[in-house]
Amino acid sequence: MTTQHGGKALAEFVAEATEILDALGRDLLALDEARDQEADPERINGIFRAAHSLKGLSGLFGQERITQLAHAAEDLLDRLRLGRLTLDDQVLDALVDALDTFQSLLGETSRGEEGDDLTRRTRAMEERLARMGSPAPPVEEDPLERLELDAQVRAVFTEYEEHRLRENVRRGVALWRVRAAFDLTDFDQGLADLNARLKPLGEVISTLPSSRPGGATGIAFDLIFGAKVDAQALEAGLQGTPAELAPLVVRPPSGADVAPVLPPADAVAPRTKRGGKKKGTRARPLALEAGPLQPLLSADTGATTRDVPSETTSHGTPGLVALPTSGSAGPPRMRTVAGPSSTTLGLQSAASAPLPAGRPRPEETSLRSLTQTVRVDIGRLDGLINMVGELLLIKANLQRLAEASRQDGTVALSKLFGQELSRETRQLERKLEALQEGLLEARMVPVGQVFDKLARLVRRIAREAGKEIDFVSTGGEVELDKLIVEELSDPLMHLIRNAIDHGAEGPEARLSAGKPRRAVVRLRAEQKGNHVLISVSDDGSGIDEARVREVALSRGLVTPSQVSEMTRRELLNLIFLPGFSTRSSVSALSGRGVGLDVVKNNLGNLSGIIDVWSERGKGTAFHLTLPVTLAIVRALVVGVSGRTYAVPLNSVLEILAVQPHDIRTVERREVLDLRGQTLPFLRLGRLFHLPEREVNRHFVVVVGLAQQRLGIAVDELFGQQDIVTKPLGGRLSAVKGISGATDLGNRRTVLVLDVAELLEEGIAQERRRA
Amino acid sequence: MKFKVLIVEDSKVSREHIAATVEAVDGVEAVTTASGFEALKLLPRQRFDLIITDINMPDINGLELINFVKKNPNYRDVPLIIVTTEGREQDRSRGMALGAAGYLVKPFLPEDLEALLRRFLKPL
Repeated sequence: MTTQHGGKALAEFVAEATEILDALGRDLLALDEARDQEADPERINGIFRAAHSLKGLSGLFGQERITQLAHAAEDLLDRLRLGRLTLDDQVLDALVDALDTFQSLLGETSRGEEGDDLTRRTRAMEERLARMGSPAPPVEEDPLERLELDAQVRAVFTEYEEHRLRENVRRGVALWRVRAAFDLTDFDQGLADLNARLKPLGEVISTLPSSRPGGATGIAFDLIFGAKVDAQALEAGLQGTPAELAPLVVRPPSGADVAPVLPPADAVAPRTKRGGKKKGTRARPLALEAGPLQPLLSADTGATTRDVPSETTSHGTPGLVALPTSGSAGPPRMRTVAGPSSTTLGLQSAASAPLPAGRPRPEETSLRSLTQTVRVDIGRLDGLINMVGELLLIKANLQRLAEASRQDGTVALSKLFGQELSRETRQLERKLEALQEGLLEARMVPVGQVFDKLARLVRRIAREAGKEIDFVSTGGEVELDKLIVEELSDPLMHLIRNAIDHGAEGPEARLSAGKPRRAVVRLRAEQKGNHVLISVSDDGSGIDEARVREVALSRGLVTPSQVSEMTRRELLNLIFLPGFSTRSSVSALSGRGVGLDVVKNNLGNLSGIIDVWSERGKGTAFHLTLPVTLAIVRALVVGVSGRTYAVPLNSVLEILAVQPHDIRTVERREVLDLRGQTLPFLRLGRLFHLPEREVNRHFVVVVGLAQQRLGIAVDELFGQQDIVTKPLGGRLSAVKGISGATDLGNRRTVLVLDVAELLEEGIAQERRRA
Repeated sequence: MKFKVLIVEDSKVSREHIAATVEAVDGVEAVTTASGFEALKLLPRQRFDLIITDINMPDINGLELINFVKKNPNYRDVPLIIVTTEGREQDRSRGMALGAAGYLVKPFLPEDLEALLRRFLKPL
């Protein structure tokens, strides 16, 4: 198996690429949040690495378009991390848009498509990335040449590490070699601890392993470290670790009469002690002595070395200019390379990347993830394995009982035998329940997965809409079935987009309404029993129901007589009708319309319920109620005219007992009054053309999906049961009002009602009435 | 006895692709690891006939791994192959300067890797 381009391999590619893009998205979000601060070099490097991995990965799978774009992105990020380009808003926006394009590309790939539109978009994106910034002005002197560091050491730096070292020298940061020896078995832990100590004190530029002082069971590392703090603070910070410190010497810029910036006076003075050790060893300049530096220097070369780096750098690295390196015979320049040149760099890149302010919004990308995989905590899997083990034990017991009963005469089928059998069965039942629960749990993922993606979106939408938004999300740890979480991302995106675009007012409007300048959009999840409630709310202007009425009438969605009877709540619910949009001109933001009908449909597919609350001037909230899982549902078993049906309990709101005289007929249609609201009423028997019985009372199962409600009349209620719905194949799948069949145990098969279709039926009757 | 090849690569798909290509050659066994640190731990415990390493990795970079291997008398004879992506000529040439025996540029053809294996694992 030399090639692996089958479907499974493609799924793997999509899974890994998705992971890379997720990480990329998180890092970009972090950069976005800190726009006004200097970017963390490690973060930029992380993003670069992500683009780099994506390029390698897609290349491996022959995904040409992704490879090309990743190449362009990697190029841009390489320039960024190597300091040849400044991270400004334009660059960041371009990167965020590139991420969108990647996601679209991956979407097409996973569906096996390759659309021309997207290919063109990808090309344009590549060009945009390539246009960003301009080559840096030539650097007169490579500050690295001033660092007394053995060429052998420099030879193991990647281009990036070399750049970070150069940056540190340029900025006049005190550089140290931190040496520490560890046991081979747990050096990674030791290094992690050391890194954790060093991190707040500066930047770890490189980690070089060396076997020299370690012997067979040990290993030593030299960390090249740029310290933000002075020598004492560094020493104090490393107290108790095995680290030894040695300063790296940096010569002043050649020909300059600038005072030597580095290392700090107290570091050069032989005062530095090894952290944690009693015997004070003098700190020694690194490259000046051969003795203690064996692991860094090669022992077996005489090393005339200083040519090596200039040789290596003289090709392929435009930012590096090879200089005569012997001695300090650099060109006599008066200024350090720092300040002025980096300033020009910033100005240039800003000026040379003109982008129209009203750039087109990147096409809406679905936030739905493309992978079908669920990561399962190993602990959960272990639990499941244990349960299977226990089930095997029970099986063995049952087998023994069966064997005993088969052998005639040895055991009479006594009461005792029956008791034993029922005890085992109870055990079996309990374990199976636990197994079922465990498996369902394994499908659960935190909704936070989607929340993170949405947070990224909010910043962009808000920026484009010119709104100032504080996005607050809570309850990201609440778990839902993976499938539901996936399906949820698009509806939530619509709702949030609406909240920002239509709900929140601009800063000025808010101030004049006496509200704080920044609007708040909240996304909240909480678990309530077998349901999860998710709400999207804003503190904006609220929905104008008069306007809703007007629009619904003008679009012919309702008749004037219907509207005149409607309560405020019913009016608000009109916004869920297909083709409804309250804005007279569709803004660039919600280009495809408000799409609340789409939201409603999506939620309906998930057996979810959506409610809207809104108050003029105070804001709007959409409340989504979702079942925790779709795989196994609890159902209400009902009887109609002697037939049995199952109704998924997650769409059942309540059950009423009503007398026949409670049923009113309004315009030839039966309705019930439920706490002041009119509830459409449907006789299941009549719908399925079953012989109707005379009854003195009806049970009414009130069901709801999205914002619709319906009362379904049945004759009997049998109780609740967990069911797994199997679809009806072939012609039967077209039967209205039935979603499938299920086995109730006792080998009894019953039909499962399709609540969504029944609601449709209710609406259809209403339309006919109108 | 099989030749043992250590693969150091942080991308899972890449790693598995390389491993599959290596194991497709008769008489070769692949040991994979996702980081330079893991490689440092494995080296004293097993004998490897060849090391294939990525350059850009999170803990120590591939160049440092090469340098470490080449400076250690126990491993210095194990040939190393660098796997890099297009455009990183500097990293590649540094790797070669440090003593790597060969390099592969991603995306590579299985035949290319196989040719390298046959060159460094003898008799194969």
